[in-house]
Amino acid sequence: MNQASTPGSSVNGPATLYDKLWASHVVAHGEDGQTLLYIDRHLLHEVSTPQSFETLRRTGSPIWRPETHLAVADHAVPTRARGGAIADPQARAQVALLATNCAEFGLEHLALDGDRQGIVHVISPEQGFTLPGLTLVCGDSHTATHGAFGALAFGIGASECGVVMAVQSLWQTKAKTLRVTFKGALPRHVTAKDMALALIARIGSAGGVGYAIEYAGEAVRDLSMEGRMTLCNMTIEAGARVGLVAPDEKTFAYLQGRPRAPTGAAWDAAVAHWRTLPTDPEAVFDREIEIDAATIAPQVSYGVSPDQTLPVDGKVPSPDDLPAGPARDQLASALAYMGLKPGAKLTDIAIDTVFIGSCTNGRLEDLRAAAAIAATGKVAEGVTALVVPGSTAVKRQAEAEGLDKVFLGAGFQWRHAGCSLCVAMNDDRLPAGARCASTSNRNFEGRQGAGARTHLVSPAMAAAAALAGRLVDVRSL
Amino acid sequence: MDKIEIVEGPIARLPAANVDTDIIYPARFLLITTRDGLGKLAFHDKQDAPDYAPMFAALAGGAPILVAGPNFGCGSSREQAVWALKEAGFKVVIAPSFGEIFQSNCAKNGVLAIRMDAAEGLSTPYGLENGQPLSVDLRAQTLTGPDGAVAPFVVSPALREALLNGWDDIARIKALHRADIEAFEARRRVAEPWLFPGDRP
Ligand code: SF4
Repeated sequence: MNQASTPGSSVNGPATLYDKLWASHVVAHGEDGQTLLYIDRHLLHEVSTPQSFETLRRTGSPIWRPETHLAVADHAVPTRARGGAIADPQARAQVALLATNCAEFGLEHLALDGDRQGIVHVISPEQGFTLPGLTLVCGDSHTATHGAFGALAFGIGASECGVVMAVQSLWQTKAKTLRVTFKGALPRHVTAKDMALALIARIGSAGGVGYAIEYAGEAVRDLSMEGRMTLCNMTIEAGARVGLVAPDEKTFAYLQGRPRAPTGAAWDAAVAHWRTLPTDPEAVFDREIEIDAATIAPQVSYGVSPDQTLPVDGKVPSPDDLPAGPARDQLASALAYMGLKPGAKLTDIAIDTVFIGSCTNGRLEDLRAAAAIAATGKVAEGVTALVVPGSTAVKRQAEAEGLDKVFLGAGFQWRHAGCSLCVAMNDDRLPAGARCASTSNRNFEGRQGAGARTHLVSPAMAAAAALAGRLVDVRSL
Repeated sequence: MDKIEIVEGPIARLPAANVDTDIIYPARFLLITTRDGLGKLAFHDKQDAPDYAPMFAALAGGAPILVAGPNFGCGSSREQAVWALKEAGFKVVIAPSFGEIFQSNCAKNGVLAIRMDAAEGLSTPYGLENGQPLSVDLRAQTLTGPDGAVAPFVVSPALREALLNGWDDIARIKALHRADIEAFEARRRVAEPWLFPGDRP
């Protein structure tokens, strides 16, 4: 409880980045440790907000500050073509509803056919809508992505989206703090995706419940902003809603000149403020984890929960090695769903589909890494490989660099921006039994289509799997 | 929001760990833009799964209480998961741990999510068979099993009050904190003016 502090004040004494972000957004304190937290920014997509707008209508609530919201369609949109009507009537209606809702309530909406469309978590940083020091929410669990900029960003439900639109604030309970320090440097071909998966495999998919995670250490500082976004993005897969990286010169360089970033004297003032945000040296975390980055290998998930992940040179574990109980049953049921035999080498698993994209790994750097591998061969026979840029801007930049030609030449499909096979809500959907090497974030049952099987990997690993027709260690190429 | 105080009836057991919101409510049904009519879609793709059969049977028998495994409702923030469970008939979900967004979505919809370690509630509720009766009293914060065994549970006082009274966030925040929000904004305009681009000359 934090009753003593003045609402909106800074913290006294050494504080973590999370503490500072929290303290600077306190509107009021509740009776039992709850805090009414001010929300600076809200992202909307077509799936999580129809019912939120309905609530506003039902309660006769106007929008408190319309300029703090930004909407874009991403989940249900087709990726084969842009322009013209969406074939699926439900998807067409849902995408159209977002546009009419935004028009009715006066919110900025990025058109599907426009230059700025893309997955919410990709376009918001691109637009400079995401900034250090602010609170940002979205009806989407991967909102933690924006923590890469030192913003307090977390996913909420549709009801809470309605609350934010109506009163610009939310009742929240402060989390405990967990610092994950990645010491040392990553080996070649090991990426932010592998850091995220290795952490989740270690602490479990509920390991971060109740915590806000700050990622620190040399390997994190060395990551590009894209890599930091990938790392923060998968925080929810460890059970935590908030993942943070302290803002630094890389953060500022990324943001300067973006359409919604401050300019001139306002920029200078903002940067001066953002420099005060990083965790103070004396600050204490509730929990600390240290991982030696040099020991991380490329990771592959073998099960139906993101923590069912191993280094690529591993073997499918056996339920028989576990004592009787829920853990054994869970592993057996995961292997049954995945159609895998205990003891099989991960690199012997044949795949028929490859998906490169999503808010986890659909940015330019990801496409470059995948293209570098794609350039060395051809997609194996019988494999369908999709490259779906995270945003239209990423697509354009990739095309300017000729990456589309590389992918197409190697037999990959080159699509328009959207969530696509990460969630299979559009017409990109896998049949039962299909097996996909995917750069997305969730290997849940049915996530890429009812009965479809997902192996989570990095972009280079996905591209390598496409060429080999099976999971393969990218370091061996 | 619907009020909730005492819920009595058979339990439906679903002991699997990490039942995510994609399982509770598959993504393809997210194209539906209403919140009504989703009950029949709860656990849709598990309708023929043997390990879900007892839970479905209890649900068909009118079970209002779901006793789930650890990390229930992890994954996607989709509130449809809660709307579907609620319309299917569940008013209370008890689990050793929850996905955080799912748990807060429950709170916004008059569904009581009770966090209880398996060890704490050994006979009540985790020792109960699927379909056995349980009584949940939110005011007293107790669970009472068929043999009269009582297990206490704890939810936050704010949540308890909101659920008992059926409070609605928007109306209450406006009524009680409008001035606080305006005062906060006035301070913030001075401290971080770049966050108010509309004010720029
Ligand atoms: S890409 Fe996947 S995880 Fe990201 S917002 Fe879209 S559906 Fe969600």
